[in-house]
Amino acid sequence: MEILLASVIGLLVACGVYLVLRARSFSVVLGIVLISYATNLFLFMSGRLVTNRPPLITEGGPYTDPLPQALVLTAIVIGFAMTAFVLVLALRARGELGTDRVDGPRRGEKQ
Amino acid sequence: MFLVWIILLPLLGAALSPLAAQRGRGVAAWSAGSASGLALALTLWQALPLTADSEAHISWSWIPQLGLNLSLRLDGLALLFVILVLAIGLLVILYAHYYLPKSDRLGRFYALLLLFQTAMLGIVLSDNLLLLLLFWELTSLSSFLLIAYHPHSSEARKGARTSLIVTAAGGLALMAGLLLLGHIAGSFELSTVLASGDRVREHELYFPTLLLILLGAFTKSAQFPLHFWLPKAMAAPTPVSAYLHSATMVKAGVFLLARLFPVLAETEAWFYLVGGVGLTTLLFGAYTALFKHDLKGLLAYSTISHLGLITLLFGLGTPLGAVAGLFHVVNHAIFKASLFMAAGIIDHETGTRDMRRINGLWKYMPYTATLAMVAAAAMAGVPLLNGFLSKEMFFAETVHHEWLGALDWLLPTAATLAGVFSVAYSVRFIHDVFFNGEPINLPRSPREPGHRIRIPVEVLVALCIVVGVMPGQTVRGLLDAAVTGVLGEVPYYSLALWHGFSLPMLMSLVALTGGVVVYVLRYQLFKLHDRWLPRVSSEDLFYRFSRGILRLARRFMQSFDNRSLQRYLAWLIAVAAITAAAPLTNGVILHGGADLMPIDGVSLAAALILAVAAIATVRMRHQRITALIMTSLVGLIVTLTFVHFSAPDLALTQLSVEVVTTILLLLVLYFLPGGERLEISPLRRVRDLLLAGSSGLVVALLAFGVMTRSHTPISEFFLENAKPLGGGSNVVNVILVDFRGFDTLGEITVLAIAAAGIFMLLRGLHLPLPEHGFGRRQWAVDVHPLIMAAVSRPLLPLALLVSLFLLLRGHNAPGGGFIAGLVAGTALILQHLASGLQWTQQRMKRRYFTLIGGGVLLASATGLASLLFGRPFLTSAVLHLELPLIGEVELASAMAFDIGVFLTVVGTVILILENLGRLSTQQSAQPPTEPEEMR
Repeated sequence: MEILLASVIGLLVACGVYLVLRARSFSVVLGIVLISYATNLFLFMSGRLVTNRPPLITEGGPYTDPLPQALVLTAIVIGFAMTAFVLVLALRARGELGTDRVDGPRRGEKQ
Repeated sequence: MFLVWIILLPLLGAALSPLAAQRGRGVAAWSAGSASGLALALTLWQALPLTADSEAHISWSWIPQLGLNLSLRLDGLALLFVILVLAIGLLVILYAHYYLPKSDRLGRFYALLLLFQTAMLGIVLSDNLLLLLLFWELTSLSSFLLIAYHPHSSEARKGARTSLIVTAAGGLALMAGLLLLGHIAGSFELSTVLASGDRVREHELYFPTLLLILLGAFTKSAQFPLHFWLPKAMAAPTPVSAYLHSATMVKAGVFLLARLFPVLAETEAWFYLVGGVGLTTLLFGAYTALFKHDLKGLLAYSTISHLGLITLLFGLGTPLGAVAGLFHVVNHAIFKASLFMAAGIIDHETGTRDMRRINGLWKYMPYTATLAMVAAAAMAGVPLLNGFLSKEMFFAETVHHEWLGALDWLLPTAATLAGVFSVAYSVRFIHDVFFNGEPINLPRSPREPGHRIRIPVEVLVALCIVVGVMPGQTVRGLLDAAVTGVLGEVPYYSLALWHGFSLPMLMSLVALTGGVVVYVLRYQLFKLHDRWLPRVSSEDLFYRFSRGILRLARRFMQSFDNRSLQRYLAWLIAVAAITAAAPLTNGVILHGGADLMPIDGVSLAAALILAVAAIATVRMRHQRITALIMTSLVGLIVTLTFVHFSAPDLALTQLSVEVVTTILLLLVLYFLPGGERLEISPLRRVRDLLLAGSSGLVVALLAFGVMTRSHTPISEFFLENAKPLGGGSNVVNVILVDFRGFDTLGEITVLAIAAAGIFMLLRGLHLPLPEHGFGRRQWAVDVHPLIMAAVSRPLLPLALLVSLFLLLRGHNAPGGGFIAGLVAGTALILQHLASGLQWTQQRMKRRYFTLIGGGVLLASATGLASLLFGRPFLTSAVLHLELPLIGEVELASAMAFDIGVFLTVVGTVILILENLGRLSTQQSAQPPTEPEEMR
């Protein structure tokens, strides 16, 4: 199972990186979303893989490690705010520059 | 304590100035003037007469690890400068009120001027070297802002930039020097440093220390060859020139020489460096001043020359030299400030500062002319005026020094020569401007200005005469105090007007007659000067140097910064991947030895779906809706992963974020429809695939390595204490709102900031509306389908109820503020989607700012409340209540905190989505068709 999860995380990173390196802002955002998934999973699995033992005291121990979960929980929410911010930035850039491309000025163009 | 107020009063005045200026220029002047005036009155009341007992000292520890303390001290030297800074500041404030055009509201001007005053007072009152340095830099900055007071003038911007670069570079050198000095003395407290003079002078690092400190002092006091910023700074409004660039700021360097005189002086290195630079500056400034046709240019070089004179006096290293130097600081400030003000009046009245055109003003403005002439005579060193006294002392000191041996005659000769030129340019100032025929082609016809603008000049000129005639009765006390501050005692010196026929007297006479002769021969001199003037100046060198550096920097940047996000990210990712992979190459065993969990069929299937969806996202990124659906699919599998591996809270959060993110992306997609498919060059594709593949591989290996290692987490504490200390059985939630509550507070603050940023970015944004959807499909006519509206409305109370339920039970079961907030936000946004903005807004006020702000405030207040009970920030309390019917209820104060989180999240979600939605409705030419009303 560990191999499976590690491969999944790696695949998500690879797809995310490839998307982030594309020339249009929307692809970049999709890439960021995929990388966030990978990061959250990575952080989460640092508490090791444990099934059927949620950290709820009522159910009787032993429990899985709650700390990575707490970290990932806020990371998910902040990740949403981040995605939203980048998206709005992309919109603003499109409004100001008239294009959604992020691969820099092309030859013969000013700036 | 009054020491703090001396500095704080001008600072308060600076803060109040813009407010006062809204009520009129007069109010602004009054408020600025009373700030300075009160500080001055306070100083005089507390510190006069200054005795050893009335020396005030105050100290708070600030960053003791660095040796930085808030220590202030008022001794004689500081007192002299405080009075100088405040008194002349007061006159300049008055002058500026009449000098600057009526259209200037003066708020910014007075704020900057008082900020500078604060910094200057800080320098002279600091009893800690690092504190002094802070204020030192503040004077550079405020001077920069004041020179560029009219930012539309390129000359002003250039002057400001030059002065900032030179003085800030000097400031850096000074910082290094003071750090060394503090290191040698073992403390940055000035009192300690001043007491360890012998140790410093004998230390092996004495020379570099001296050199660095002098570099700082010389740049500030415009000593040759770093003087060139001062004439450039004349682009500042004249009140600024009068205040900063003649009377006070340029004296900061000299002040530093005086302050550190007991520690650094009386060595050969000091004499040759300080004396040599001072002498060169004195001669160079006096000579150059004569050839300046610009009125302020002449005064600027004259200032440089006089600063050189003062530097030279300190450089001599004798007690009487220090006395004369301090005396000249005062005298120069008085006559030079008045001359600058007079020059400002002339500039104002004639419209030019070119002395080749301004002639014969005596006929038009005799009163101003008289004032200027008296001040200029003081500058030339004419008897019965204050300049004469200190110049005479200077001549006497050059005669009596004993460093140069056989070359003893050199110094008095050079001093006399400088005196000749100084008389010559003073005569030029008087004769060229007020006599010498008729004015030539002036832009304005000159006349006597209003009498109020002359008041500061009158006061200063009166001081020139009073000090010149009765030095013993006027400045002697203050001077004695200042000298005690430097030397620790008062050496015998006489301030009499007449010392009998002596060598200094003779030198004065030679200077006066010689100066007149030089002036008479000026036209021949101008010709010679123009022909033989060396064409390379330190200024040119500076500009060539700075241009070169800029060019180099630009070329360097261009070589790898092509303003493409792709390139930035490629670098970033490559570096990250390499850094992460580096430890793996050292033969680290990947498999940590823990037993692997067997793979079950469901997991394998889920992983396959995820893999397909992730790859599909990449492949179908051009069909954006499909790509979006694929991404959501990945998100769902991630959610299921959380469910499988015992993280119900995470699963709930991920699920609700998934919904919100999808709505968000859909809204944005409307404006980012994509375009033609971009060709990727094969090389680029290979590079990107390599980067993607290697970073994925590295992360996978790391993840595997981590997962297969056994660990002892710190979470035992949380698991054991969640119930007894936190009062909740959902440990994840207890960690969030209790154990690590401070982190969470930070995180919701980040949310609030992101929301505010998004709001501002979207404000005033106009985007072209796409005419059709993907594949040239027409937009649906039915913007808000009836069925969706019909379903969503009854859903709202239910959804809110669910969210409330999640919030309340969060402490003990999966749920909590974050999840509940997301659910509530989604439910509210659903109404916008289903029924349109207008419909929703009629029923729901836009209160997201209240929600966000209230949430953060509530969370903070919960934390602060624990302070009331003498507990640390964010300590939670648990209350057990016995309620009828419901039974025992546990109320943790963390609940209030969680409600704060909830409010912030709801507000953020609504703000983001609603504002994005508004973007499309606001701009459509036709308002979207209203859904049929259903009541």
